[in-house]
Order: sequence, then structure tokens, then C-alpha cells
Amino acid sequence: MTEMKRRTFLGIAGGATATLSTLGGTLGGTIAGTLGFPSLVLGAVRRVVVVGGGVGGCTAAKYLRKLDPSLNVTLIEPEADYTSCFMSNEVLSGERTLQSLTFGYDGLRGYGVDVVQDWVVGIDPDTRQVTTKSGNRFDYDACVVSPGVGFKWGAIAGYNEEIANESIPHAWFAGPQTQLLRNQLTSMPEGGHVIIVAPPNPFKCPPGPYERASQIAMYCQHHKPKAKITILDAKDAFSKQGLYIEGWTKLYGYGTDNSMIQWISAAAGGAVEELDPQTRTLIGLVEEFQGDVVNIIPPQKAGEIAFAADLVDGDWCPVDKLTFESSRHPGIYVLGDASSASKMPKSAYAANSQAKVAAAAIIARFQDKEPGDPTFVNTCYSVVGEDFGISVAAVYSLDSDTNTIEPIPGSGGVSPANASPEIRKREVSYAHSWFKNVINDMME
Amino acid sequence: MKNYKNTPKHLRNLLLAALVALPATGAAGPSGQAMAFTCAGCHGTDGSSVGPSMPAIAGMDPEVFVDAMTAYREDKRNPSIMNRIAKAYSDEQLKDMGWFFASQRLQVFPQDYDAALAEQGAQLHDEYCEKCHENGGRPGDAGTLAGQWMPYLHFTMEDFIDGKRKWPRKMKRKVDAAIDEAGDEAIPALLNYYASQSDIDAEEPNHD
Ligand SMILES: Cc1cc2nc3c(=O)[nH]c(=O)nc-3n(C[C@H](O)[C@H](O)[C@H](O)COP(=O)(O)OP(=O)(O)OC[C@H]3O[C@@H](n4cnc5c(N)ncnc54)[C@H](O)[C@@H]3O)c2cc1C
Repeated sequence: MTEMKRRTFLGIAGGATATLSTLGGTLGGTIAGTLGFPSLVLGAVRRVVVVGGGVGGCTAAKYLRKLDPSLNVTLIEPEADYTSCFMSNEVLSGERTLQSLTFGYDGLRGYGVDVVQDWVVGIDPDTRQVTTKSGNRFDYDACVVSPGVGFKWGAIAGYNEEIANESIPHAWFAGPQTQLLRNQLTSMPEGGHVIIVAPPNPFKCPPGPYERASQIAMYCQHHKPKAKITILDAKDAFSKQGLYIEGWTKLYGYGTDNSMIQWISAAAGGAVEELDPQTRTLIGLVEEFQGDVVNIIPPQKAGEIAFAADLVDGDWCPVDKLTFESSRHPGIYVLGDASSASKMPKSAYAANSQAKVAAAAIIARFQDKEPGDPTFVNTCYSVVGEDFGISVAAVYSLDSDTNTIEPIPGSGGVSPANASPEIRKREVSYAHSWFKNVINDMME
Repeated sequence: MKNYKNTPKHLRNLLLAALVALPATGAAGPSGQAMAFTCAGCHGTDGSSVGPSMPAIAGMDPEVFVDAMTAYREDKRNPSIMNRIAKAYSDEQLKDMGWFFASQRLQVFPQDYDAALAEQGAQLHDEYCEKCHENGGRPGDAGTLAGQWMPYLHFTMEDFIDGKRKWPRKMKRKVDAAIDEAGDEAIPALLNYYASQSDIDAEEPNHD
């Protein structure tokens, strides 16, 4: 046996003795403590209500039950299945179907989570009760809220929910609008013009609009090689920009007169203020842009329930990043896209990581313990074209003085520039494997 | 010292489980469990990967885990994404994570393989690989091979052969000998053999 094993073994042996006595001690302590507080009934089942069956909500529900099977966990979600936004850009290129992004909640039921199909309309932090549209009420000891984003309708004059559903999809929630956008692309004439309007920061999936442009280019290259894709941006820079541009240059002629993709920054006149839905014309500060297919990704804020339940400060929900408990109402934990969790991006991996921190913190609280130090990871892949994948990764720790989640210096970052074709190809297969594992970890 | 090895497996696993259930004592920082939980987005819950290019790391020998992460941290393995992630962790943290994964039961998922190649691979394995990758490559002193996803195994072999990862002692000689015997079929045969072993989740983790 090597040095490390010998030392670790001795550590375990010592640790085990300690465990037994500590366990005895803790148990005794808890019982005595509980008896000392008449309000706490010994063995009372703790109830956690989870609002939203997306990445954050599902992961939290699963890990709550995994870490403490005695908990009563109810997840409330209006849809019968979850359709993931991540990988939904691949529906646009035709690489996959919406069906391949759709997953039922039976896996969570298997973990003993009670899944209720309903829409939450209110959360009362005083009576600790969640109310749903169908009039049901759920008492909670802790409430996890992960409703994702909502849109700031009205930010672009002339664009509203009805138009989005009918003719100019945002397709920023995977579902019918994703299919609508796909159908518009396939029926677009050869030489057609696709316009993507990218939102200002912060928004769900910072690399998403650029991955979308890439996936649409991938489709057009095969089926409509004379098509053009214009990204009109409300920003002057975007996530993984250097790598995207490297990919676009290699694959789609970016930077030449013949480029399939054009990116117009806010400074160059890319910010748009108004839409004429009839002619599919976007009105910017400097010029107007007319498209055959227009996809507007509106500016974003926390999902509706965050506002109804008074969890927001501005557009997003402030939280204590040690636990993800709301800074506004104790006992409510807000995670995922809806929380303001800088410097983490609004991504599926971030929501998944935050949910585990919150689940462990909730359980610690129930046991009258201090929550442990949190740790977070985010990785995000983008498939820029056939056999061309790129990624960004970060490991974070909490700076408790400033309540910010900081990347650990010297770690993380994006894929190397000008990497070998094998690496780029490998990152595509990593992207697809990541997809399987993150779905597995959240709900299977 | 063989005491560890002789500890009855169930007792040893219990010790492992007790160890990882304990909050970290002494130095502050996230627990091994908390850190290991963040790996699940790519390696599956508790390290049993369902993604074909990501390795399963459940039941992995803790020393193999630490060696792998250290190599990534030092950019000694094909730099993809793990090198960027590994740089965030101290030696102590890697050990904590390693012990967490070691105590997890490896779950293996059936995958498509070529039965004839797998049979040939079984023979090659016995002859050239079994000495280090004991029990058909189940979790042990060397990296887990049995039940790993074929695309992942393929990437790994590609890295060894292309010189992007340093061969462990003796491995190059053994692989060369297998190739001498079976030619171009040697590597696919071995990979198909490891991929064919989907019945190992019934086994106790064996990490020594
Ligand atoms: C095109 C696109 C591509 C993406 N690609 C990636 C990627 O590659 N990698 C990555 O990490 N992330 C990616 N993302 C981001 C990722 O989808 C989100 O960050 C993630 O889903 C956030 O999880 P969440 O739990 O906060 O919200 P969601 O997953 O959006 O879940 C919110 C859930 O809450 C429910 N809900 C809302 N309000 C209520 C209510 N009042 N009552 C009950 N239920 C309610 C909703 O129905 C929904 O199911 C992508 C996003 C898009 C749009």
C-alpha cells in the first residue's frame, strides 16, 4: 500500500471511531435539544415546496430527498414534462427534435418527490404557504423558487406575446415557438435573410444567441447556402466572442464580403427599438433591417412569481449566496436564472450547482446546523458547426464579505484558441454527453 | 500493509461512507461531498456517467482520482476542459473528492458493442492488461475500464497513442504487444470488451 493510502486508511480508522461517538453524541444532543423546545414535535416531517420543475427546481427536489429521505418534498410545475432550452438550438439546425429534449417527471417521483401539475400564484412568507391557480394551498417549512426568466414586453415597441406566438418567435423557452422558428427556416426562400435580435445583459444563457446563429448557419450551409444571418445586438461584446468568431471565420466566411453571419454591435447600430411585425422590419438608431425570418430574444427579468411573491429587487431576486435564501423573505430560497447570483451566468449548470448548495443548506437549517461552505461549477458548451465545439468552464467559491460568487483565480476559462480539429470535435461530443448527464442529475 | 485490503468489503465501504458523511473537520472550505456534487453535471449523479464521452468516476480508486486530477491540473493530459477545472482545487480538496467518489457504487449502463470483437478483446485483456487492470478492468489500482463508455475509452487510447498523455509504466509495451498480436483490431477489440461489461453494477466497489 502506498503512503497516501496508508495515511488515509489510518485517517479513516480514526475517523470511524470518532464517527460512532460523534453520532451518539449528536443523536443524544438532538433529542435533548428537541425536548427542550416544546414547539418542535419529535419526528415531525419537514415540508419543502419547490416552485418550478426546471433545472433548479428538479435538482433541488432530487437532492433534498437524496440527502434526507425523511423530508416531504412537493414540486409544483404547470407542464406535464420538462422541455429543455439547452440543446434546443440544435432543433433549428435539424440535428435533433423537440421530442429529444422532453423529459417526464417520473424519475423524480421515483425519488419520492410529490409532483403536482399546477401554476403557483402566491407565496406567503408569514403563514409559510404556497397558493396555486387551481386554489390549492401547500404549507412549507422551506420553499425553493426556481421559475426561470420572464420577458420585459414593451422594451421593443410593437413586439408582444401574441406576435411571438404567431409570427416572430422568441423561442427562448423550448416548445412550440422553437418548432415555429424551425418551420420558418425550412420554408424560407433560398437567399433569405434571418435576423436574430440579441438581448442586453443579464439574460438566460449568455452564449445562446450566438450558438443559435451558428446552428442556423449550419442548417443554411446545407440547404440554403446563399442565406444571410444578421445578429442585431444590444451589446458591444458577448460570451466566448473570440471563439465564436474563430469558428464563424473557419466555417461560414466571417469577416469576408461573403460571410453567412454578420454581427452588428450596439455601437454599430445593432440595438433595436421598434418592430413592424407586418413587414418584419426592425428599426434601429441608425438604420432599418428587414428579414424573411425574425427571431427576437427580448430583454429579461425574473419569472412572474418572483414579482408576485415580492422576492425581487429590480429585475432579479437578491439572495444570501451561502444558502440561496432570499434576502427579502426568510425560508424562501431562490435559485437558477431568477436569482441574482453574480458572477455566475444564468445557465443550466449554474442552476444545477446552486440547487445542491441550497438543498444542503435547507437540511442544515432543519438540523440546527450551520450550512457548509458552498462551492459552484459552471461549464457551458456551444456547438458552432459540424465537429466544432467550444466551451467555457469556471469553479467558484463564495466571498462572504461581499456576498459574491467569485471564480477561483487561475482556474476556468474558455477552450484554447485555434485548437486542433480533434479537440473541437471532441467538444461536440462532450456537449452532448453533458446534456445527458445534466438531465440525469436533475431528474433521473 | 495489507490490513486495508483484508478489511471485509462491506465494513470498509461503511467506513468510507461514514467518512464522507462527516462534515470536514479542521480547515474550513467545502466538503468533499459538496465538491463532488458539482461534478455530476458532466459525470452523472455521484459519478455514474450516462454521457458516452464522459468517464464514470464512481467507485474509482481515490489515488487514481488524485493522480488524474493532478495531471490535469499540471496540463499533463490532453487539455480539454478538465485541465481548466482541476486548477481550482488544492491537494487536500482533491483527496476529499477522491474519497467521496471511491465510496460511491458504480452504476454501469448497457451500450452497443460488437460481440466478436469483445470476445477477442477479452483474450487480449487477459494476456496483456489484466495484470494492472485486475478483474477485467473493474475499479481498482488502475483506472476503471470495465463498463466505461466506448467513446470515452476511444479518446483515452487516442491520447496515449498520439503522445498527448504519458503512458503509465509498462503500458506502452503491453499495448504494443497487443497490437503486434492482433493488428488494427487490437484496440477496437479491447474497447468492445470493456464496453461489453454491463453487469458490474452488482459488484461491490473494489478500490485496492
Ligand atoms: C436556447 C438556449 C440554450 C441554452 N443552452 C444552455 C447550455 O448549453 N448550457 C447551459 O448550462 N444552459 C443553457 N441554457 C440556459 C438554461 O436553459 C437555463 O439557465 C436553465 O434552464 C435555468 O434553470 P431554472 O431552474 O432557473 O429555470 P428553467 O429551467 O427555465 O425552469 C423554470 C420552470 O419553472 C416553471 N415555472 C415558472 N413559473 C412558475 C410558477 N409560477 N409556478 C410553477 N412553475 C413555474 C416553468 O414552467 C419551468 O418549468 C440555454 C437556454 C436557452 C434559451
